[in-house]
Order: sequence, then structure tokens, then C-alpha cells
Amino acid sequence: MRDSFFERVVAFTNARLWKLIHLDILLLGALLLLMAGGLIVLYSASGENIGMVERQGVRFIIGMGVCLGLAQLPPKYMRRASPALFAFIVVLLIAVLLFGIGAKGAQRWLGLPGGLRFQPSELMKIVMPMTIAWYFSDRQLPPRYNEVLVVLGLIIVPVLMIAKQPDLGTALLVAVSGIFVLFLAGLGWRYILGAAVLAPVAGYVLWHFMHDYQRQRVLTLLDPESDPLGAGWNIIQSKTAIGSGGLYGKGWMEGTQAQLNFLPESHTDFIIAVLAEEFGLIGCCLLLFGYLLVISRGLYIAANAEDNYARLLAGSLTLTFFVYVFVNIGMVSGILPVVGVPLPLVSYGGTSIITIMATFGILMSVQTHKRAR
Amino acid sequence: MSHRHQNFRNYRQERQVTRNRIIASAVFVLLLVSVLLGRLFYLQVLQHKVYETKADDNRVLLLSIPPTRGLIYDRNGVVLADNRPIHSLTVVPERIKSVAWLKKQLAGVINITPDEWHDFEQKLKEYRRPYQPITLKPQLTDAQWARVAVDLYKLDGVQVEAQLTRYYPYGKAFAHAIGYVGRITEKDLERVNKQAYQGALFIGKTGVEGYYEHVLFGKPGISKVEVNARGRIMEELGKTPPVPGKSIHLYLDARLQQYAYDLLGNYKGSVVAIDPNTGGILALVSKPGFNPNLFVRGISSKDYAALRNSKRLPLFNRALRGGYPPASTIKPYMALAGLQYGYSSWTERYFAKGYYQINPGGRKYRDWKRGGHGWINLQRAIIESVDTYFYQLADKMGITPIHDFLSRFGFGKSYLLDLYGASDGILPSKAWKRAKYNQPWYTGDSVNVGIGQGYMVATPMQMATAVSIIAARGHYYYPRMVKDIGNKPATFDGKGGVHNLILKDQSNWNKIITAMHKVITDPKGTGRRLQGTDYTIAGKTGTGQVFSLQDGQKYEANKLAKRLHDHALFIAFAPIDKPKIAIFAIFENGGSAAKPAELTKKLFDAYIDGKYPKRYDYLKGNSK
Repeated sequence: MRDSFFERVVAFTNARLWKLIHLDILLLGALLLLMAGGLIVLYSASGENIGMVERQGVRFIIGMGVCLGLAQLPPKYMRRASPALFAFIVVLLIAVLLFGIGAKGAQRWLGLPGGLRFQPSELMKIVMPMTIAWYFSDRQLPPRYNEVLVVLGLIIVPVLMIAKQPDLGTALLVAVSGIFVLFLAGLGWRYILGAAVLAPVAGYVLWHFMHDYQRQRVLTLLDPESDPLGAGWNIIQSKTAIGSGGLYGKGWMEGTQAQLNFLPESHTDFIIAVLAEEFGLIGCCLLLFGYLLVISRGLYIAANAEDNYARLLAGSLTLTFFVYVFVNIGMVSGILPVVGVPLPLVSYGGTSIITIMATFGILMSVQTHKRAR
Repeated sequence: MSHRHQNFRNYRQERQVTRNRIIASAVFVLLLVSVLLGRLFYLQVLQHKVYETKADDNRVLLLSIPPTRGLIYDRNGVVLADNRPIHSLTVVPERIKSVAWLKKQLAGVINITPDEWHDFEQKLKEYRRPYQPITLKPQLTDAQWARVAVDLYKLDGVQVEAQLTRYYPYGKAFAHAIGYVGRITEKDLERVNKQAYQGALFIGKTGVEGYYEHVLFGKPGISKVEVNARGRIMEELGKTPPVPGKSIHLYLDARLQQYAYDLLGNYKGSVVAIDPNTGGILALVSKPGFNPNLFVRGISSKDYAALRNSKRLPLFNRALRGGYPPASTIKPYMALAGLQYGYSSWTERYFAKGYYQINPGGRKYRDWKRGGHGWINLQRAIIESVDTYFYQLADKMGITPIHDFLSRFGFGKSYLLDLYGASDGILPSKAWKRAKYNQPWYTGDSVNVGIGQGYMVATPMQMATAVSIIAARGHYYYPRMVKDIGNKPATFDGKGGVHNLILKDQSNWNKIITAMHKVITDPKGTGRRLQGTDYTIAGKTGTGQVFSLQDGQKYEANKLAKRLHDHALFIAFAPIDKPKIAIFAIFENGGSAAKPAELTKKLFDAYIDGKYPKRYDYLKGNSK
């Protein structure tokens, strides 16, 4: 009996079959867990709207397709395509600024024939780390001073264009995904410390570029009770939902805040509050555990990647995924400004699911296209 | 830095750089996840109670269910204030497409007046709970109700709601006694429990309705409901049923009230009748009255302006607030005052000329009879209403004893137990004149008060109360409207019991009553018109000057505009041995006292002998 249960699991996950179809079964398992949990919460958050759950399921399936499709693509092709993709999306972003369509004062989409809409900034979340990783792929690490400047330039241009739409949430995530590559490439700690010192200054500058509604959100975070029926309503209600859930929650579909519509955006950005209200701290811990599984697998894949490009890209994508989680839960629980970041794989919504699943497709590609040693 | 050259790259070392960074990232991730967990722990465990309460405050709403209002009955069980079911057309604004849509849909189904649309759109702008229906057309007729019911299925958001509304079946004649309920204003809510009136349609404003609001209203029930964020009620979580308001039985006699109102004819005036044995108010009439039903659902500004601007002052409660000179009706009280303080006796004789002068050659205070009455005593002074006798009596007494004595009959204050707004009238004194005019008291002022003129002003309620005190020989009760609340006698906080006005010589009660009886029976009595009854009456006439005649000027009624005619007053009670009813009546600008005297006789015949005209049978109730 040398084959312990653990060993059998390891054997299963390392099975040649998975490698052959370029699937990372651990990552996939963790993702499926999150998706299943997400659908259960969504059913409750949408007010038992089975149609919404079905549409979300369809997105998951499409996302899975994108994921598996990208997984078949060896990282070296991605690397070669990176600069061209970057240039292409920058052109699209310019197009958005010129002829984009949008709603609520933001101009984020490009109209496509057949009434479809397309959000280029969403793609940038992936293409940005690809591009920076590509830049470093044939350069020696850690980066030199002038290389850092070039990279910052590559980051800042699209970020400013996205921020101008305005879509602060996406702009921040795009910036972060690029900066993570820089960090993983070994950016000197003194740069990081320097940036930490300069951040308040940057914040001050940023303040002047913010739209009124964005400033209001920041102010509301500092004192949400100051405008309880207006800007502060979301945060007050989401905190109330989370807090009233307690340790064990009120039970599935029993959350009064969610079911009686006190909680705004309950099926999109604020869905964690529904989970927290109905499943309590226990439910939150399970969700965070699910995310940690995904993230640890992602970091493991990155650490064991074949070359610098794959390593930097996989690491950055994983960390960006974590930023989603952290910013979303942080904003819903009232410790970060409400910047409009969905909770990955749980929030209802189209584009972000596809982007995220694409991320994991890349991770799987990195993991499964290694030359045998 | 040549070792950085591409040809010499150390891939293993570069991988280690990134791996180290990944380890650092993992540490960061764990750190930040701990921050999130800490935050969630803080909200969900440490602050759980706080947020649990907040969540409940969000969803649980306590709605008040208005109780059924108590009814008001007269002494014979006639319902004077009733509750009636009405059907109103109401609209839930959240459920209609638009006001324009509603107008189009309702056209041809039911006629909504521009005023009703205006009111509706006004109410749309006010704050209300979402999904709370707004009344569009109150009080549908049966035909309208039937017509709307047919089309209701295609009128989403429109509904017919049944409510209880207040209804005063006998209207005008009772308006000042019963009062009315009306739309609740912010000011009303200051004096009641706001919570309790949430959902109530109206509140008692005046009269019995106003004074006994706390009794009639009852106790609202509470419905505990769960609402969603838009305020829509999802389900009822619990319910405490309302406790209906208590019904009230009055001393008022509906037939007497209506009869008295009618007998005033086209005159403005007031009649107050009191049962001297209880203080119970049998009639409280102020004419003209108004239709109290106009106020129940909120009076339209047009109707209100009409009432408000009428020169006849229909909204003015003359019985409680009308200030009139008591005129000669004050004389019996003046006589008792003189007897009390020894300024007057039944035997002492006095030569009554046509006028009285304080000082020889001074101003002449004229008697109503030009030539005077000759030698008279106190009794005759009352029978013939001799002004000069009371001029000299008041002159001798001075104002202070007059003030002190008359105040014991309720002049200058209000004995009325259970209505708001009763005026105190004016019982002048030296201090009063100093405070009011900053002038000293003159003897002439006393002389005028001696015949109930000058500064003296009293309300019909006060004058009726005073005569009821004579009728009760000083063992009297404060006047009151309400006999029973629920089925228990009203208590009036201990003020409802007998009060005693003891004279120095108690035989003077019967002597003054005899004199007042002779006012009716004596051939020269001013109340001769009341002769020919099978019961005995004691009374006293009065003619109140509306404006002062100049010295030597003669009153010529036919030359004066009617509104400047003298007020005609009369006080009386009957039967004299065991009085059942005491009355005060005034016809504003009625000229002579004949009119109130005749009215009094008819009311006495009706109340004592049951001789009501047949047409009042509908107000008979259970009386025999």
C-alpha cells in the first residue's frame, strides 16, 4: 500500500492525458468550484431568475472554450504576437475615444455589425502583461533604469486612454497588470519604495483628472454616512448585508437585504454581499479559499514556467486576478473606493468572464507546453 | 556592467529573481487576504448585532391601522356623527404609465373634474410611501362605482377603495355643537401621537369632535409588514387589531337643537339651553351654521373662502365666542348683588324718574321708559326692568362688589367643561380697565354695568349658565356636552359635581325667582308674551345696544340699518319649582325682546310638554 490517497491525486493530476489536451486539472477544478458557487449565489442574487443563471452558464461555457482554445496555443506564439496585439489594441482604444459608444457618461465600447459591442480595454488587461513580458523576454533581468522607463511608457499610454473613457477600474487593473510584470522582473526595491513615497503625490495629481462621480466615490468611501440616500447608499447597504449575515448567514435566498432589493447591484459588482449575507463568514471563507486555490496554482505555474516570458506573464496574470478579488471584496466591504470591479467568476457579466477565462487558458498553456526534461 | 551582456545571461539566476518575487507576491497575497478576512470578521462577528438591527430597520415597517371612530349620539340616541362607507377611486402612481395615460384611459369612464386632477397632481408631489394609493375621486356615486368596476380590469394601477368617512346627517344646525373632523395638518400632529395618526384620514377639529378626539379616535392597530427597498409591502409579519373609538352620548336634544335653529329664522343669533339639574347642555345653537360635511375630506378652497368671507360669519361660534352686552338680563344678578351686600332690600321703595343722574345737573342716564316708572320696589324694578333703579344701585355699590358677585355666576370666566374655544367675555373691574385702557374707573362706568351695558360683555354660554345657577338656587353644575363616554358617565376630572353658591340670605333665591316669574305673569311684565302655559316660567328680557346713543338722542328703529338694530336677549327657565330647562336666546339686531321670548316659549312647550311640531319627528330618537 505505498500508493497513498495523496499520491493517487498527484498521479491523477499529472496524468499524460491532461498534458496531451493541454489542460491543468487542478486549476480547472478550482475554477469549476468557483463557477458552481457563483451560479448558486447568482440564482439567489438575481431574484431566482433562472434565465440569468442560464445566460451566465452559457458565458462560462464560452469562457471555458476560450480557455481551452488558448491553452492549445504554445506561449512562444503568444510572445511573438504580443507587440502586434498591443499596437492593434492601442489603435482600437483610439477608435473608442473617437467613435466609441457608451452609457452613463462613459464611452467604452466599439459598435460592431449586428448590434454587438466590443470593449477593447478589456482585452488590454491581457495584452498589457503580454507586451511587457515580451519586452523583457530577450532582455536580461532585473531590468535596467532605461528599460524601466520604456516599460512605464508602454503602460501609461493605454492606461491614460482607458482612464479618459472614463473607466477608472479597468485603467487601474491594466496598469497593475503591467506593473506586476515589472515587479516580477525584479524591479529594484528602491524603485518600489520610491513609488510608495510618490504615490500620495500621484494621488493628488490623479484627483485633478478624476470626474466628479469618481471623486464623489472616493469622498463617499471616507464617510459614506454623509450621503446615506445617495452616494453612500451602496456601501451602507452592502455593509449591512455583510454584517447582518453573521457567522453562518441567513440561508440561501433568505437574505433580506438582497431579496428585498436594499442591496444595489446585487448580481453584479456587489454579489459578494449576497454571499456574505446568506452564507455568512463561513461562506466568505470558502469563497476566499477557492480563490486562494486558483491563485496558488497560478503562482506555482508561474514559478515553474519554462522561460522568462511565460514566467512573467503567468505571474502577472495570476496577481491581477487576485487584484480583482481584493479590490472587489475590499470595495463592497467598505475599505476601498467603489471603482466598479466585478468579483471574478461570480459577478454576472459578459466580457470580464471571457477575459478571465482567457487568462487561465494562458496559464494552462504555460503549464502544459513545457518541453519534457 | 559587461556581465549583463546577452551572451552571458545567467538564466538560472534570472529565474531565481522572478521566483523570489513570486514568493514575495504570495506573502503579499496572504497578507491582503488576511486584511479581507479581518474586515469580514469585524463586520460579521464583532459588528453583527449592529448590522442585524440595521437590516431589520430596513425591511420591517410598522403601519398603523386606523380605528373606527366612535359615534356621537344625542340624549335620545339619535346619531349626530356617523361613520359611512364610501368608495373612492384611488391610484397607485408606481403602477400607472403616466398621468396623461391615466387621463386618456379614464375619459369616457368617469368624469374627473379639473379640481380633482389638480389635487391629485398636487398630492403626487408630496412625500408618501411608495405604492401608497392616492385618492383621485373621493366618494363615488353608486352609478360611478358600477361604471368604473366594469372597466377596472384594463385600468392597471387604478382601484376602488372602501373607506369609512365621517358623516353628519343633520348638518348646519349642529355644526357648532358637534364640530367636525377635517384633514390632518402638521399643526394637528403636534398635539397627538404622530405614529397613531399615520393612516388616519381625518382628525377632530372643533366642537365635541375636537374636544373628545382622544376618546372618539380609539387605538390604532399595528400591522408589521416587510417592505422591499422601494417601499412596496411584500408580506404581513404580524398584526394588532385596532380598538374602535368610544361612542359618546350627549345631553343635547337633537329636536330641541334643530327647532331652536329654525326658530331663529333669518336672524343671526344663538340659543343655549341647559338642564339646571345636571349642567347638561340641551341645545347649543349658533346661527348661521355651515355644512360640517364639507370639512371631512378637506374643504375645497372655494367653499372655504365662501364661508370665510360671508358677512354673516357662519364659521363664528356665537354661542361660545360671541361677546354681547347682557343688557337687562343682568338685572336679577345685580339685584342679588345688592341684597348680598345690603345695598338693596325687597321692601325699600324708590321713585323711578325717566333718567338717573350721578350728580345733580350731570349726565342723564335714561330709562327705557321716557316718563319713568314712579314709586317702585325691587321686585317691580325687575318686573318692569327699571333702568334707573339699577343705575342708582350700581352707583351706590361701585364696581368691586359687582365684579366679585357677578363672577360667582360665571361672568368673566368660562365654566364650560368640555368644549374648546369658549370665550371668557368681559367682567370689568378697576384693575381690568387700568390694564386695558390705562384709565381710572369712573362712577359712570359702574352705572352702565348696572344695566349690563358699558364694558360688560358675556357669551350666550355664560348667560345661559348664569340663569341655570338661579334656576338651581345656587346648587349648580358646570355646563357640559357629554353625558356618557362608552357606557360610563363622563367624569370631568372631579369638576363635574355640584357647586354651591350660598347667599347671605338663601331665601333670596326664591324671591328673585318670584320676581322673574312675575316678569311673565304681571300685566306690566316685560315677558308677558310667555303667558298661557300650563307650567310656570321665570325669565328676564334684555335689549342690548349695538351702538351708544348720544345723550338725548332717541332710538328710532325704522331709521337704522338692520345691522345697527339692538340685540334682543332673553333668559328664562321653567318650571320655576323644579326647573327642567334654563335658556338664553339672542337675536342679533332683533330689535325688541319679543322675538327671543316667543322662541323661548315654543322651545319650553316643546321640551317640557313635548309639543314639537310633527316635522321634527325624525329627530325624536327613543324619546316618548
